[in-house]
Amino acid sequence: MRRYSAFAIAREGARYHQGWERAWNSPVPKKKYDVIIVGAGGHGLATAFYLGKNFGITNVAIIEKGWLGGGNTGRNTTIIRSNYLQDPSAAIYEKARSLYETMSQDLNYNVMFSPRGVIMLAQTQSEIRGYQRTAHANALQGVTTEWIEPARVKELVPIINLDGPRYPVLGGLWQARGGTARHDAVAWGYARACSDMGMDIIQKCEVTGVMQEGGKVTGVQTTKGDIACDKLAMVVAGNAGDLAGQAGFRLPLDSVALQALVSEPIKPCMDVVVMANTVHGYMSQSDKGEMVIGGGTDGFNNYTQRGSFHHVEETVRALIETFPIIGRLKMLRQWGGIVDVTGDRSPIISKTPLGNTFINCGWGTGGFKSIPGSGWAMAELVAKGEPGPLAADFGLNRFREGRFIDESVAAGVAH
Amino acid sequence: MLTLHCPNCGVMADETELHAEGEAHIKRFGPGSSDEEFENYLFERKNPKGVHFERWRHVAGCGKYFHAARNTMTLEVYGTYSAQTLAPPKTLVNAIKKKHPEWEGWA
Ligand SMILES: Cc1cc2nc3c(=O)[nH]c(=O)nc-3n(C[C@H](O)[C@H](O)[C@H](O)COP(=O)(O)OP(=O)(O)OC[C@H]3O[C@@H](n4cnc5c(N)ncnc54)[C@H](O)[C@@H]3O)c2cc1C
Ligand SMILES: [Zn+2]
Repeated sequence: MRRYSAFAIAREGARYHQGWERAWNSPVPKKKYDVIIVGAGGHGLATAFYLGKNFGITNVAIIEKGWLGGGNTGRNTTIIRSNYLQDPSAAIYEKARSLYETMSQDLNYNVMFSPRGVIMLAQTQSEIRGYQRTAHANALQGVTTEWIEPARVKELVPIINLDGPRYPVLGGLWQARGGTARHDAVAWGYARACSDMGMDIIQKCEVTGVMQEGGKVTGVQTTKGDIACDKLAMVVAGNAGDLAGQAGFRLPLDSVALQALVSEPIKPCMDVVVMANTVHGYMSQSDKGEMVIGGGTDGFNNYTQRGSFHHVEETVRALIETFPIIGRLKMLRQWGGIVDVTGDRSPIISKTPLGNTFINCGWGTGGFKSIPGSGWAMAELVAKGEPGPLAADFGLNRFREGRFIDESVAAGVAH
Repeated sequence: MLTLHCPNCGVMADETELHAEGEAHIKRFGPGSSDEEFENYLFERKNPKGVHFERWRHVAGCGKYFHAARNTMTLEVYGTYSAQTLAPPKTLVNAIKKKHPEWEGWA
């Protein structure tokens, strides 16, 4: 792999950019791999990356039915934060956030991580109590967050209207090292690094069946033929229930649509991310100047990657109260992704009823922020066959044993 | 916008009047059941790609529950029926089967 650098840009500039190589290979699948990962979203690619980097396992295929990063990884609003309430969540989200800090260097790929700060607004008395509790929990977990008063919110977000008619701003939970990153670049950066380690990224190849023998998986049936493997990792987000069904087990989750939208670009007006959970809306400004907006999920099971319009309307209505300045903006694009939501709003990183098969899913509305930490933990689970400390609490067995990791407050809004 | 016919009050209700309540006809387990049965009843869901039988509530209308058969891949609605039943009506199941012969059927 030729490294990207200022020197490389100068070199290519001098020869009409003829020398750039393909960022990753598109090979024909081999007959067999040590590990097959289904799903080339951020989590699948990060799992592959750390299998190679931390465990030296590189005979790996990542199989993707569409194009890499074309699932939720390329559809999200890129908010990164780690101010969760429960200890297992804080551990994995903070691990992920800290890995984002050096991701561009680690991958030699600019993922545009921008730790611009994230505010979660408190707009009801119960939210004040909830966020103050989270701030205390975060202090104990070693995650730097801070409760801030309305005046400080206004300082950080001059365009905010503190005295909204329905929900005045009463303060906020502030994480200064939260922020955003370029979602496509995260997928592309990992893909390039994985390809460089000799892994095969196989796109436009859908897994349609899971071949088994004596309680173990022997390989997968795909639209490009059968491929054998020693171990299987399912990392397919909204499609997890369907893939698990192919393998003969059920999951504690529902797949629903989550939407986002962006406005026409305007001059810089807001340099932090603002989330308003009570009214179900959040907003940030992209480097291109677009206001990036998201809201809540639809209520019903859905695989169409299309959401209901009235949710967009609700989100925008709430945000206009809080940010009157956006009232006259035109919206450029709106889209949806299918997210996999569990009962306790926490993910699943787990062994399965099939000995050599592992699953990573249930990140629901908030798994972009966790990509590197999740890949780190999942690689360990796949390599060793047992979860390490980051993944241990996120097993499927927590539902049977009643050990929920309840993040319905921290994840109250889709983010 | 999704519209469903409420079999209780007879209104064609917009999605904004309704609340989705998830998978229908879940077999309930009580005291004395195994952990596995509880796990299945409380958490595990079919979440199918395709035909889905589900509960809805006409929250901003008559307030009552009903059932719907809907396709999660196309958003097509096959029909709605009373909540006072443990299984979807045969006629509805047959009509869906006729449309989608490859569907594994109501189980
Ligand atoms: C609108 C929206 C906004 C969001 N905003 C945020 C946010 O601000 N912050 C945040 O942290 N998170 C956010 N999220 C959540 C985040 O996007 C997801 O949790 C995360 O991207 C999941 O990554 P993944 O790799 O698990 O899944 P995906 O990126 O969806 O990847 C799974 C891949 O598996 C493939 N696949 C599925 N089935 C098969 C099969 N049978 N064979 C082969 N391939 C298959 C799919 O094509 C897909 O590419 C948002 C999500 C949405 C939809
Ligand atoms: Zn009614």
